[in-house]
This record gives sequence, structure tokens and C-alpha cells, in this order.
Amino acid sequence: MKKFKNSLEIRPFLALIVILLACEVLYRVMFGDSFFKITMVDGHFYGRLIDILRNGSKYVILAIGMTMVLATAGTDISVGSVMAIAASVACSIVDERILPSLHGNVFAAVLIALLVGALCGAWNGFLVAKLNVQPIVATMILLTAGRGIAQLVSDGKIVTINSDAYYFINGGYFLGLPIPFYIALFVLVIAIILTKRTALGMAIESIGINSESSRLSGILVSKNLWVIYIFCGIMAALTGIVESAGIKGADCNNCGLLYEMDGILAVALGGTALNGGRFSFVSSALGALIVQTISTVIYAFGVTPELTKVFKALIVVIICLAQSPIFMAKLKGIFSKKGSVAA
Amino acid sequence: MKKLLAMFLALTMTMSLAACGGTASVQSTETPAANVEEAATPAATPTKADDGKLVVGFAQIGQESGWRDAETNDIQWYAARNTDTLQLEFADAQQKQENQIKAIRNFIEMGVDVIAFPPVVETGWEAVLTECKEAGIPVILVDRGVDASCEDLYDCKIASDFIWEGEQAAKVMGDLLGGKGKIVELEGTVGASAATDRKTGFDDYMAANYPDVEILASQTGDFTRTLGKEVMESFLKTYGAEINGVYCHNDDMALGAIEAIKEAGFKPGEDIKIIGVDGVKGAFEAMVAGEMNCTVECNPCLANQIFETAAKLKAGESVEKWVVSIDGVYTSDQAADVIDSRTY
Repeated sequence: MKKFKNSLEIRPFLALIVILLACEVLYRVMFGDSFFKITMVDGHFYGRLIDILRNGSKYVILAIGMTMVLATAGTDISVGSVMAIAASVACSIVDERILPSLHGNVFAAVLIALLVGALCGAWNGFLVAKLNVQPIVATMILLTAGRGIAQLVSDGKIVTINSDAYYFINGGYFLGLPIPFYIALFVLVIAIILTKRTALGMAIESIGINSESSRLSGILVSKNLWVIYIFCGIMAALTGIVESAGIKGADCNNCGLLYEMDGILAVALGGTALNGGRFSFVSSALGALIVQTISTVIYAFGVTPELTKVFKALIVVIICLAQSPIFMAKLKGIFSKKGSVAA
Repeated sequence: MKKLLAMFLALTMTMSLAACGGTASVQSTETPAANVEEAATPAATPTKADDGKLVVGFAQIGQESGWRDAETNDIQWYAARNTDTLQLEFADAQQKQENQIKAIRNFIEMGVDVIAFPPVVETGWEAVLTECKEAGIPVILVDRGVDASCEDLYDCKIASDFIWEGEQAAKVMGDLLGGKGKIVELEGTVGASAATDRKTGFDDYMAANYPDVEILASQTGDFTRTLGKEVMESFLKTYGAEINGVYCHNDDMALGAIEAIKEAGFKPGEDIKIIGVDGVKGAFEAMVAGEMNCTVECNPCLANQIFETAAKLKAGESVEKWVVSIDGVYTSDQAADVIDSRTY
């Protein structure tokens, strides 16, 4: 029990539960209906929770890659652009705009797009690990140039495709649950195995706490960093593929726009420290689901468009404050003082 | 190793340079066409006021979308067809105001007859527009406006009437629903003039002419497919089968909404009527497939109007301050006939 209380996962888990319960109560009061209502439509589950699961899976995948990078005290702000590149590569192949010899093979398209993501990650890794460029500066190159590359691939146009096989990646269902949920679950399991069953997890934490002493104690810092950035690049590419599959098209200007911030936010809400060290994929995944829940809630309650951003900011501030031990201690102090005065 | 390092550094630098964008490149499409042919002027260009050709400097924003490309192609194609009466000086500003200003100064230097450009942002044009005025060169704003402080500094604006577009969408929606029903609205980016005016036009026309059509909810989808789909998913969960129609401020959000509607088990275009604005090719494809009902065009093919107006300005004739570009309304039964002629 004590171990559970001290684990990183508990806070984001409680936050998610509290938000969902609050929604349920408010929703029943305002609309007389359940926020949790799930029905069956065309043989699959249908409801707001399913929406959160499907749309949130994108953030989960992204946040898992981001967690690794952030845990090494690094950062990758190019993920949004890498998403755009991967999406335009995958869609262009499916549309037979590029590599027509593949005949729009969806499997090949996904594989090549992931490879391109790995390449982007390798570029970031090279700058960070080999040339010792500060991560935020190194990844800024792809942040700015990435969309240009994506536009080159797709000829500056929104690539619209009509492949049901490609759409299945986002819109498909298995056992009544959306496919992106399984993709996210798969990635989560892989990431956990990678870090718990091999020395990678220990290396990540060690690099995040002190990279120089890690190197001196025999950890191959640059090799590990390289692997981590490549992994993050692949995750970003996968997110881009899932996103573009859902809308049957790649929009270079908007695909993954500001997702780097959402990814970092998800990790932060999950409780992984941004200056490196201790990390947990499960809590980042929960953080990602919180990010998606906030948008779903905004739409569900019909917050006026002018106020959506303010509303989002407000919830994030509240969650962050609730996760700050100092703030909570102060709050407790205020309440206990009031209590003693009343007594 | 050092060589390798130097190579990569150079690569990095060029990449960031490419990202920052270079200077505006000015290219002329003038061909050494013989002046003799000038007598046989096609009817499209009315001026023959003096001996010279009509020289128009056009400072394009850059490549930002298929819509923008269609506009560029239209202008260059028009100029290429009329090289005997027309000389186009074309500059690409690569999405940067400073490049656009540089290009305009370049045009003043060249002494072109008329300067035309789509202002990349609304503010910051006082200085350069004043320079144009002092040089006596008329200015045409294309498809976008500038803020009110520059009202006197340009001669003419050729742009779509977003309010009109909203009204047309409302008219079609009202007819589709037989004057009675419930609809939802997917708005564009908050604060964008295209979103504000398309909403005003639609909502006001609806309220005045179809009082029995109720707008259940309205939420921004930021002009993107992803958010269009996400917002529509939520609307469907709140209102379900109550929704009879969706009005989207652009076609991309409509295409996103179509996917959401299918997922909810409804038939887009039948159970729920869908209207978008812009007239992009994807919308026509959806209409041919019977999944969308109507799109109100926001025409990028403005070359005809631009050069006609330029000719008038050169001849010293007065022109309207706002020439409304000619837009069409396309419904699903016309879609199959016109889809091949869509350029964007």
C-alpha cells in the first residue's frame, strides 16, 4: 500500500478519476444524461469515453516517446513536425504520389513513414549525442524545417486519400474498441519491457540525473541518447500516421501543430520531472488521457469558442497546483488554521 | 572526423536557412514578343491607352495551400496567354511580410503601372503603401484586406464577400431542410475574418428567413479536418439523431465531420446535410460520392478581375473600392459535371 502511495502513477490516476467524476456529476445536472453513457453502434462501442480512448491514444503514443527524452533531461520539440512529415509520406505513398511502384500498399507506407520518423530521430540524436548541441536547440531545426520537408513531399497540398485499409488504423475497431487504443497499449508494453528488462531504463534515469558521472561510470551515454531520440522519432511518426488515418489525409500545415507542447504537458501532468531522472510511462499515458479529456469536456459542455483556451488553461493550472506538494501543504495549513479558530 | 563534422554543420546551416526563407525572388514572365502583334489584342484586355504594355507587379505570399497555388497558377497562366499586352512581374514572398515589402519597393523602383498583392498580415503597410502613393502607382489588394488606417492608401480590393458566402450557405441549408430542422455549426479559427463573417452571414440570414431552423450549437474547429471531426463527434454524442444538418466554415472541417457522422452510424449527406465553404476538390469528390450536399465557392481564380481592374486604373478610370470576386454555389447534383474543372 505504501509503495502504491509513493508511486508516480497515483497522482495522475487520481486526477483523471476526479476530472471524470466531476464531469459526470456536472453533466447529469446540466443535461440530465450520463457523461459515461456507452452504446453499441454498428457492432462497436460508442460514447464519450471511447472518444477519449481513441483520440487520447495519439497523445499516449507521443507522450511515451517524449517521456524517455525528458527523463534524460533532454527535450524534443520537433515531434509535431515529424508527425507532419510521417503523415505526408504515408499518405503520399498510399495515394501513389511518390513511390508508385508500391501500388499504394498501406503496410509498406506505414513502414516507410516509421523509418522516416526514425531518420528524423537519428538526426536529432546525432546533434544531441555526438555534437553535444542543447536538445531544445537541436530539435528546433526540425521544428522549423520539418513542415517545409513535409510540404516538399506532398507538393504543398493536403493529400486526401480514400483507402479503407489506411483509415482502419484510426477508425477501425477490434472487439468493439478502437484500434488506436491497441496501438497505444502495444507501444506502452514495448516501452516498459525495453526499460525494465534491459539496462536502458537505468541508463535513462542515470543520464537524466547526471550525464557526466554516468559516462564516467561506464554508461555509453551517447549511444543510449541516440537510441532514445530515434525511439521518440518513431513514436512521433506513429502519432502522425494515426492522426492522418483518422481524417483520411495529410495536412502539412496543421498536422501535429503544437503537439510538442501537448506531449510535454502530458508528461508533466503525469508527474515525470522535466529536468530528468525518475520516470513512468504509465503516468505519462494517464497524463495524455487527461489532456484529451480536457478537450472532450470542453466540447461536451459547449464552452463558447472564445473561452476554450482559457478554460483549458484553468484546468491545467488546477491539476498542476494539486500535484504540487508545497501548494497542497499550504492549502492544508490554511484549512487547519480555520478549523482551530472555529474550535 | 573533422571533415564530417564540417559537412554536417554546413547541412544544418542550409537547413535552417531554408527554414528562414531567402529573399524575395523576382522573375519576369515577359517574352520577347513582337510589338507588331499588339494590334491584334484579345478582347480580354480593354486598354490600349498608350503604346506600352500594361505592367503589373504581383507580390504573392508564397506557397501555403492548394488554394494559394491555384491563385498563382491562374495569374501566371493569364499573363502567359496575354504576353503581347501584358507584362507580369511576379515575386514570391515566402510567407514573410518583409519580403513582400521588399518586392513592392522593387516594383516601385522598376516603375510598374500597377502593384497587386495579397497582404500576408493586416497591419504594418502604412510606410510602403505611402511610398506607392507618392510614386503615383495604384495598388490593388487581392483576396485579403488591410487594417482601417490604410484605407486611403490603396485603390481597390478584389476579394470574396464572406458574409455573402455565409448567406448562400444558409439559403441552401434552409432549402435542403425544407425550412425546418436543427443544425450545428463548425466555426473557423476564432478571430479570423473568414470565420466571423461566414458566421454572421449565415446566422443572420437563417434567423431572418428560416425562423424554424434552430442552430443547436456552434464550436470552433480551427479550419482543420482533425478538429472538425473531433468537434462533430462530440456534437453527435450530445444531440444524436436530433441533428439534421451541419454548416462548416470551410470544406476541410466538413470532410472531417463526414468521418465522424459515418462513425456514429448516420449517413452523411442524407441523414445529416453537410454544407462547406471554399470549393476544394475534396469537397467535390465527397459530393460525387453523395456524402456532402453543397459547397459555396471562395474563388482563387481572380486573374481576370485583377488585370481588368489594373487596366482601368492605368487608364485613370475610377474603380469600385471593393470589387467582390465572382463566387459560385455548387450542389451535389452539379458536382459530377464540374469536378474535372476544379483546379484546387
